[in-house]
Amino acid sequence: MTTSTKHETQIIVDPDVPLVRIIREFDAPVEKVFRAHTDPELFKQWAGPNGLVNEIETFDCRTGGAYRYKSSGQGWEGWFRGSFHEVRPNQTIIQTFNYEDMPDGVALERIDFEDLGDGRTRISSTSLVDSFEGRDAFVASGMEVGVNEGYQKLDAILAS
Amino acid sequence: MTSTGPIPIFNRMVDNTARTDRLSEVFSALADPTRRDIVARLAVGDATVTELAKPYNVTVQAVSKHLKVLEEAGLITKTKDAQRRPVHLEAEVFDLMTKWIERYRRLAEERYRRLDAVLETMADDDKEEDK
Repeated sequence: MTTSTKHETQIIVDPDVPLVRIIREFDAPVEKVFRAHTDPELFKQWAGPNGLVNEIETFDCRTGGAYRYKSSGQGWEGWFRGSFHEVRPNQTIIQTFNYEDMPDGVALERIDFEDLGDGRTRISSTSLVDSFEGRDAFVASGMEVGVNEGYQKLDAILAS
Repeated sequence: MTSTGPIPIFNRMVDNTARTDRLSEVFSALADPTRRDIVARLAVGDATVTELAKPYNVTVQAVSKHLKVLEEAGLITKTKDAQRRPVHLEAEVFDLMTKWIERYRRLAEERYRRLDAVLETMADDDKEEDK
């Protein structure tokens, strides 16, 4: 796959609190980007990693609402759920995120939508977990299946 | 409801506990501002413990303690030669950390490219909003 990077996704791993921040810009007005987050039919089309299909059980994206959906593919399935704590149209979504097989691992997420004018939008999304170990596992989970050389090299270096 | 079988992404968190523990050591070693400062100075070149202690209002012992944390995380090594035993930064560990973060970034980028595509399909029904 080629990587023509029109809008580079930025990742910031905070050294002081167990938090990861993702920043990305879109060539679409803020109303549309927001709706792609709140409308389950749209959300399920892009959420989660490549190669998995989402089926939504509940998706009530408003303050006090909740969501639950199943992701499946490659012989695997897993359920995800959380609560929408605060939903301010075209501004902010504050929600929890949990993979049900790890019930204690609850991330607190905040997505801010910024209208950049000219029909463009910037998203700043943070995930806060309750330990550095949890956060680092979160980042390390970006290591996809079949990409192990990084781990092995790290093992070798840290073992020496 | 539990899932079965190999989990493509999320059980990395479980399977690689030992590894992520060590990565965590690297991250948490760098969570301290003094240690980050020490690392920044070692990035310029090797230095002895005494040299490293100089700019701080602390004892050589206190700096040694910070160095021990960095050493246990694999970020620095003490050169064996001579009495000076200069401290050396293991830059490779940084490269790997950067690589891990880059992979995480790429996953987010893939997801947002699908969102780009979804946003394009929405172009036509934009007016639905003010009905």
